[in-house]
Amino acid sequence: MDFFQYDANPWGQEILVRISWDLLWASLIFGVLFVVGHLVLRRVWFPAHGGTAEKAAVAAAPAAADVPERVRRHSLGSRLFHWVMAAAMFSLLITAFFPVLGIQFPWLTIHWVSGLVLIAAVAFHIVHATVFMDLKAVWIGPRDLRNMSRRLSRSLGRPGPDPELPGKYPLENKLYHNIITAVGFAVIATGLLMMYRIDTPLFARDPYMFAEQTWGWVYVIHGLSAVALVTLVIAHVYFAVLPEKRWITWSMIHGWISREKYLEHHDPRRWSARD
Amino acid sequence: MAVIRDMMPAFELFQPQSVSEVVDLLARYDDSWLIAGGLDSFEWFKERHVRPPVVVDVSGVDELKGIREVDGGVEIGAMTTLTEIVTDAGIRERFALLSTAAYAVATPQIRNQGTIGGNVAQDTRCWYYRGGWPCYRAGGNICYADTPTSMNREHCLFGASRCVAVNPSDTAPALIALDAKMVIRSRRGEQVVDAESFFIGPRTDITRMTVLRPGDLLTAIRIPSTWAGSAYYFEKARDRQAWDFPLVNVAAAIKTRGGTIEDIRLAVNAVAPYPMRLTRVENQLRGQALNAETAAAAGEVAIQGARPLRHNAYKVPLLRNLVTRAIRDSGTA
Repeated sequence: MDFFQYDANPWGQEILVRISWDLLWASLIFGVLFVVGHLVLRRVWFPAHGGTAEKAAVAAAPAAADVPERVRRHSLGSRLFHWVMAAAMFSLLITAFFPVLGIQFPWLTIHWVSGLVLIAAVAFHIVHATVFMDLKAVWIGPRDLRNMSRRLSRSLGRPGPDPELPGKYPLENKLYHNIITAVGFAVIATGLLMMYRIDTPLFARDPYMFAEQTWGWVYVIHGLSAVALVTLVIAHVYFAVLPEKRWITWSMIHGWISREKYLEHHDPRRWSARD
Repeated sequence: MAVIRDMMPAFELFQPQSVSEVVDLLARYDDSWLIAGGLDSFEWFKERHVRPPVVVDVSGVDELKGIREVDGGVEIGAMTTLTEIVTDAGIRERFALLSTAAYAVATPQIRNQGTIGGNVAQDTRCWYYRGGWPCYRAGGNICYADTPTSMNREHCLFGASRCVAVNPSDTAPALIALDAKMVIRSRRGEQVVDAESFFIGPRTDITRMTVLRPGDLLTAIRIPSTWAGSAYYFEKARDRQAWDFPLVNVAAAIKTRGGTIEDIRLAVNAVAPYPMRLTRVENQLRGQALNAETAAAAGEVAIQGARPLRHNAYKVPLLRNLVTRAIRDSGTA
């Protein structure tokens, strides 16, 4: 398996061109293996070792009477951002990789327009999250790491203190959010640079703003981020359709979760139902 | 130091005798190279920019040769030589647009060896690409022909998408003007594609000029009777009249009634990465009087949207004038 594609420029120098498309297959296989592995653990390991961490922890819940029947989890703005980003992401992945897989169509314009939609969505999210949301809700702190350690111990059947319930987002959500943020910024930054190599109505084309080798690295970072997104999207969609996680998916549609799910999966002291 | 480029790298050669054998071989060896007349292929091989491990030579497949009458039209086997097309009485009588276009290809020796299938499926002549440089079309991430100092005199005005190379076929616009159908065989069966859709640009696939994929074989070209005997025009502008690829060529088939253009199909080549049917011009011309004024207006419409590169702006008036002449002089060329 190759990791990168190289070629010789007109002066006979070896130049980096892009990632090897073997990595696309690797990301697909890794994504599928992750799904299969998790399905096996979910079926065989978790039931035999006390279930998932959420089940293990029962919060010292406050009076349920203070909790409304429906607890708002995602505002309309957040939900719109999520689904616009999802549509843009699928469009980007399809236009990027279907031609590589042999399904040819005029993909380039759809690709960069989808990229601009993604950028607009992310810009909206940054402003929206900074002004209207609690940024700390997605930060990973010592408490999350301690809790992860407890959950791992519990999953392995070892004795120890109960893991705590999370606030609004469990560690998995925070990790996913932060990884996809990093990968997303990488793919957006390099994608914007790559737009200088094609004709668009937005700015003058200048494919020579970087040396060939530098362009090679831009393509490589874009490609690595893109194939990472393949795995990340597979994992995300998998969890979204898992029966025990569907209440989260529904909350991304309706915006709320039920009082029972709130008390079962969240620590009211760390995420108030009235926020 | 001189680089000797007259020796081809070794390859395994297959010489099948039937279409089904060819299809089987192409399916078995997905990295094989199909060779018809060899005029495009041998250049690639000798330059050593293409090193196929397997070459499938279809020159021994009789099914792919010859010109047959089919439902009032003709079916031309993909391995029919350009000379046979030029000299065929039936084609000269009813589809003279094609025989004229075929006659404009290269030299008599090349037309004796070159085939209609090879002519429509040939690769671009962009010398950066043919020179083996790692451009977009060759799988890289740059176009060497589209820089302020590039030698891009022969490159495109329309349809650029990262790559600015042009399709160099002379017969392709004639086939589009005649509404020809391309017959393709593969393991998946037979597929018939309009000539207009047979050619693809870099927006669709930057590494290919046609819809032919590995494993596909162009077996025949069918020309329906629709445009048989209609007025036609073909002209090819080139640097050397004796032997050259087109700078621009134009092919038109026109039906008139009482001095009015009833219907028209018009295509040009060497101005885009694919032979380009000028549907906007056609739409404007239908129902118009066939005169110099109409022709001049058609020429102006034809160049709308042209985006010349550093050294090929001359192609804009060339295209305009060729389209004008095609309308004005149809039936006389």
